[in-house]
Amino acid sequence: MTLMKSLMGAAASLALTAGAALAEPALIFDLGGKFDKSFNEAAHNGASRWAEETGGKYREIELQSEAQREQALRRFAEAGSNPVITMGFAMADPLSAVAADYPDTKFVAVDVTWLDAPNVRQIGFAEHEGSYLVGMMAAMASKSGTVGFIGGMDIPLIRHFGCGYAQGAKAVNPDVNIVANMTGTTPSAWNDPVKGSELTKAQIAQGADVIYAAAGGTGVGVLQTAADEGILSIGVDSNQNHLHPGKVLTSMLKRVDVAVYDAMKAGADVETGVFTMGLAEEGVGVAMDDNNASLVSDDMKGAVETARQDIIDGKTTVVSYYENDSCPAVSF
Amino acid sequence: MDFLTIIQVLDSTVRLATPLLLACLAGLYSERAGIFDIGLEGKMLMAAFFSAAVAAVSGSVWLGLLAGIASSLVLSGLHGLASITFRGNQLISGVAINFLAAGMTVLIAQDWFKQGGRTPSLFAGGRFEPINFPFAEALSGVPILGPIYSELLSGHSILVYLAFLAVPGTWWVLYRTRFGLRLRAVGENPAAVDTAGVSVVGLRYAAVAICGVLCGIAGAYLATALQAGFVKDMTAGRGFIALAALIFAKWRPWQAMWACLLFGLLQAIALRFQNIDLGGVVIPVQVMDALPYILTVVILAGFVGKAIPPRAGGEPYVKER
Repeated sequence: MTLMKSLMGAAASLALTAGAALAEPALIFDLGGKFDKSFNEAAHNGASRWAEETGGKYREIELQSEAQREQALRRFAEAGSNPVITMGFAMADPLSAVAADYPDTKFVAVDVTWLDAPNVRQIGFAEHEGSYLVGMMAAMASKSGTVGFIGGMDIPLIRHFGCGYAQGAKAVNPDVNIVANMTGTTPSAWNDPVKGSELTKAQIAQGADVIYAAAGGTGVGVLQTAADEGILSIGVDSNQNHLHPGKVLTSMLKRVDVAVYDAMKAGADVETGVFTMGLAEEGVGVAMDDNNASLVSDDMKGAVETARQDIIDGKTTVVSYYENDSCPAVSF
Repeated sequence: MDFLTIIQVLDSTVRLATPLLLACLAGLYSERAGIFDIGLEGKMLMAAFFSAAVAAVSGSVWLGLLAGIASSLVLSGLHGLASITFRGNQLISGVAINFLAAGMTVLIAQDWFKQGGRTPSLFAGGRFEPINFPFAEALSGVPILGPIYSELLSGHSILVYLAFLAVPGTWWVLYRTRFGLRLRAVGENPAAVDTAGVSVVGLRYAAVAICGVLCGIAGAYLATALQAGFVKDMTAGRGFIALAALIFAKWRPWQAMWACLLFGLLQAIALRFQNIDLGGVVIPVQVMDALPYILTVVILAGFVGKAIPPRAGGEPYVKER
């Protein structure tokens, strides 16, 4: 602990001196807004943690429309902010247009991994690995042998989540029945808890007794209905175990906060290139706390820990949906 | 597909159709009186927020319902003020209400609860609980009728029954009362109503107020019966589907109910079966989602009889030109 403290202190003082000498970092939130209880809020938490620990300041903007993306990037770069951190895959195009104009500014792009730009740190997450672990837990907790997946908008990223989940469930129980549904094909699918509830009820009718929701605001309805109907649910992105204590089996964590915190701590010296945060980097994981302690058996913990280590060591491979745009374990 | 699955889909249909039906009847009153209202969505959203917020704070779902209706009435009043008193463009006023509601709900929610534009989750007492009919459990074993009684008819919240009772109620008010006759007349020929010595403005405000009350109930149903709290933009376009149902039903109450049930059924089937395989031809889920709009366009194009809106709809009434 004392070592940790002194390390933190050293990091903090380093960052302080760096902050005094260099420009402030900037953070651009995606359209969901700063307090979306998941993706953007995690970034906000990471940035606040950095600000609290170091006493540093950062600039931020919540985008309101597509047109503001490039404008916000240029504004921050012109003002000398460094690094400029962006959230979400939709920043890829504006970044590729802007980044070359400001070669001395470092950009950090969360959820973008395919740009060819020397001054951009691109961070992707291995969501399929985290989903694999919660899929294992779902199959172990299920008594009926049927587990459910409810995605938000039908995009490859969400299929990526569902694919890892299905593989995890199949790894525990090869005969497991997986019911996978998407809420819709328009952005309103992220904010339709009523549809989430109906999908949950439909999946329960088909025998599902553990349901994983990767659906933003729609997931609130899924977790609610699962709790009402007395089955288990699995949250996503942030730790959602506390929403219905004792009813949410676990949450698949995507540590956007860590990514943002690390980038801010590194400041203008942030390393550029493409980085993937998987299980080994603790970029994804499963949430264990007091709220779900009674639901998670020692068997489950042991199996998850073993699988985690196997994936890190390369003994187990979780197939990514992106590899050939299809999933070996489930069809959507 | 077995019998129980059909019952479950129909059960889901009833739940999904209820908010559509309430909003559709709300629009029916307003449009029959000559006030086009595309702000149904916004009013529902505002009511959803205030019903959830007040229910969360007070712990009483009934207070929540009242607050939802009140907030929806305020927006209705605004719409009335803009389009009846100041004779503004009704469509623009409706659009403004939608934007206002989308922004204000999240803003107030964030300031009030600090949960990112949500309300806290509601617990028992803050929600409308399902009502179980007498002997529902005991009769569920009876073939055919048992599941229909215990699964389909029983076990909904009181607002569902209220919504379906509102259909004959609306029919009776519109076609069997003096108020209803005048209301329909004011949407067809306000000058004639005025000549008869009846206040056009008063009637139109009354219609807009009824619209507000029904939208308020619809919003409260979404947030406190189906869900346990408010989430940003949770109406998800239901106000517009209700408008489509209204046109589909050609502005008549019974037909409105069947239209809403049909649209609810389409959604329920889409949610239950996703991609439907009809003997080799796969119907993707998107087609089911789009069907309400496609059907409305078909109706508007005049393929299945003509949909003629109230003649004075959309026009502010000016006493003397």
